[in-house]
Amino acid sequence: VSHVPEPGPGTEPVRILSPDGQAVGDADVGLEPDDLRELLRWMIIARRLDRECIALQRQGELTVYPGFEGQEAAQVGSAWALGADDFVWPTFRELAAALVRGVDAVQYLQYHRGTWHGGPYDPRATRFGPICIPIATQIPHAAGYALGQKLDATDAVTLAYFGDGSTSEGDFHEAANLAGVWDLPLVLFCQNNGWAISVPTSRQTAGEIWRRAEGYGFPGVRVDGNDVLAVYVVTTTALDRARRGEGPTLIEAMTYRIGAHSTADDPSRYREDSDVEHARRADPIARFRTWLLESGHADQAFVSACSEEADTFAMDVREGVIATPAPPVEWMFDWLYAAPGSAFERQREEALG
Amino acid sequence: MSEWTMSGALNRALYDALSEDPRVLVFGEDVGRSGGVFRVTDGLQDEYGERRVFDTPVSEAGIAGAAVGLCFAGWRPVVEMQFDAFSYPAIEQVVDHVAKMRMRVRGRVDIPITIRIPSFGGIKGKEHHGESPETYYAHTAGLKVVAPSSALDAYRLLRLAIADPDPVIVLEPKARYWSKESGELPADGPGIGEARVLRDGKDVTLVAYGAMVTRVLDAATVLSANGVSARVVDLRSLAPMDDEVLARCARETGRVVVVHEAPRSLGLGAEVAARVMELAFDHLQAPVGRVTGWDVPYPPAALEQHYLPSVERICDAALAAVSY
Repeated sequence: VSHVPEPGPGTEPVRILSPDGQAVGDADVGLEPDDLRELLRWMIIARRLDRECIALQRQGELTVYPGFEGQEAAQVGSAWALGADDFVWPTFRELAAALVRGVDAVQYLQYHRGTWHGGPYDPRATRFGPICIPIATQIPHAAGYALGQKLDATDAVTLAYFGDGSTSEGDFHEAANLAGVWDLPLVLFCQNNGWAISVPTSRQTAGEIWRRAEGYGFPGVRVDGNDVLAVYVVTTTALDRARRGEGPTLIEAMTYRIGAHSTADDPSRYREDSDVEHARRADPIARFRTWLLESGHADQAFVSACSEEADTFAMDVREGVIATPAPPVEWMFDWLYAAPGSAFERQREEALG
Repeated sequence: MSEWTMSGALNRALYDALSEDPRVLVFGEDVGRSGGVFRVTDGLQDEYGERRVFDTPVSEAGIAGAAVGLCFAGWRPVVEMQFDAFSYPAIEQVVDHVAKMRMRVRGRVDIPITIRIPSFGGIKGKEHHGESPETYYAHTAGLKVVAPSSALDAYRLLRLAIADPDPVIVLEPKARYWSKESGELPADGPGIGEARVLRDGKDVTLVAYGAMVTRVLDAATVLSANGVSARVVDLRSLAPMDDEVLARCARETGRVVVVHEAPRSLGLGAEVAARVMELAFDHLQAPVGRVTGWDVPYPPAALEQHYLPSVERICDAALAAVSY
C-alpha cells in the first residue's frame, strides 16, 4: 500500500530561487561571491561524501547509515548562517551541517563505523553536539544550552535540528514550550523531508509545523528547504533575532528525502519511484548551480573543480574510515564516570582479564 | 546542638551549595515562590534570586533534558521531580542522556546533575505518590543513586550529590521529611558508595535504606528485648553499593535480612542477596531474607500498612534467619 503525501495547497514557503534556478526574490542576501561559491562547494562535497558513505556501508565498512541526499541546501544554508560561538544540537542526519561547522568527517563517521556511540568529535571545540538518534531528545538539550547562554549573557545562539517526525514527540513540545516561556536564544530548525521512515508528514501531523510556533508565543516561518539562499536568509534572521535577545524562532524547511531513511530501509515498500523523480526536479544543488552560473558568480571551471575536490575529499574520508580501528576494550569503562566506584573498577579489571 | 528536620537539612544543603558554587542552579516545578511541595527549596529564591532558583513549566523531560544542555554550558543543575511517579516522563532523558552523556562524549563534558525525587510511601499519599523507583535508576549504568534515612545524613548526601562530577539521583523519603534529628550538619563522613552501621549486633544484619531504616531500628530494639542482637546497616548509597560493609557484616553475623518498600521481585534486595552470596557464601548460616513490599502496585492509603514491611514482619524474618 502506498501512501503518497498529497501536495495540498499549504502555505507557500519563503523562496528566493525557483526550482529551475531563477531568482524570484531578492538574491542579494548579504553574501560575497566567495561565500556564495562556498555554499555550492559544500553542497557538492556533502552529496559526494553521502554517496560514498552509502557505498562504504554496502562494503561493510560502516554500519547502518542515514543518507541526506536532497537536504544539502537545508543543512548547508542553515549551518553557514551560524556564528563561530553558536552551538548546534543535531540529529543523526546532519553530516552536511557538521562538515560546514568544521567537524572532522572521519571522526564523525566513527559513529556510523560502529567504533563509538555519541560524539566521537569534541562537541565543545566544534560547537556541534553529539549525534542524537532518540527522536527529538536533543531539543531539550538545546533549550538547556540556550538557557546557559542566556544566564551567562553571551551573545551566542543555539540551533537545534530535527525532522518532521520529531514534532510528534513530547520532547519537541517541552523544549519549544521552555524556549517560549524562558525567551531563549534558540532557533528550532525543522527539516521537513516528507518522511519519518515510511510515514509521510501528512500522517504525522494534520497541521503545518511552522504554525505551531504561534502556540508557543514566538514566530514561525516556512522556507523552501531546497533553496540555499532562502534557508540562509531565514536562518540568519532568526539567529539575529535571538542574538538581540528577542527569543526563539521555529523554522520549517520544506525539503525531500531522496534516498532511504537509512541503508536498512527499503522505500519501495511505501512510496513510488515517480514521487522521488518529481522531487528530484527541485534538486537543491542543480538549482543553486544554475543561478550561480547565470548570475556570473561562478563559472563552469569552478563547478568542475568542486566536483574534483569532492572526489578527493570522499576518497580521503574513505581511507580514514577504513583505517579506523576498534577502540581499546577499556574504553567501554573509561568514560562512563568521572568518579567510578570500587565495584565498577573491579568489574573493569574482570572484563580486561 | 541544633535540631533538624530532614526537609530543613536538605534545604540547608541547597542553600550552602548555592552559596559556595555560583554555577549551581536549582529548578523544577514549584521550587521557586512556593518553596516546593515539601518546602525543601523554601526561601532559596528569595536569597539567590530568580536567575539561579526558578520554577519550570510542568515538564519533567524538559527539566532533565535542559539540565543536560546546561552541563555543556558549564552549569551544575540541581533539579526536582515533584514525586516519584512523576519522574517517569523524564525516564528517556535520564536513561539515554543524563546517564550516558559523559560516555558519549568521551569524558569531554562532565554531567554533574543532581535529580532530587521525593520518594517511597508511608504518608497516606494519593495514587502515584508512593512509589519506589530505585531499581529503575540503580540498574542504569552511569547513574549514582542515594537514599538518606535521617536529617543529618540527608544534608551530607545531598551536598555530596551536588559536588559529585557524575549524575546522582537523590531519593528523599517523604515519610521522613518532618522527622527530627539533633546534631551538627556533617562536613565530613561516609561518601557516596559507603554504607553506615547504625547499630552494632552479632546475630543478624538488617540492611535497609530510606524510610525503612527507622523501622528496622525499631525492629532491632524489639529483637534485643527477645535476646537477639541485630546489627543495622543503612545502605545510603544504592549505586554504587558498599560491598565491603555488606561482606564484613555478612561474615561477622552469618545472617542477613534486607528490607525495602519496593516490590520484591528484582528489587534492590535481590542485588544485596546476590552480593552477600558472592562475597560471603562460606560464612552464611541462613539464606538471605527479604522483607519487602508485595509484587503489586503501591496500594491506597487505607491499605498501605498491609503493604509496607512492618516491625513484626522484619522481626519474623530476623528470627527465622537466626533459628535456621
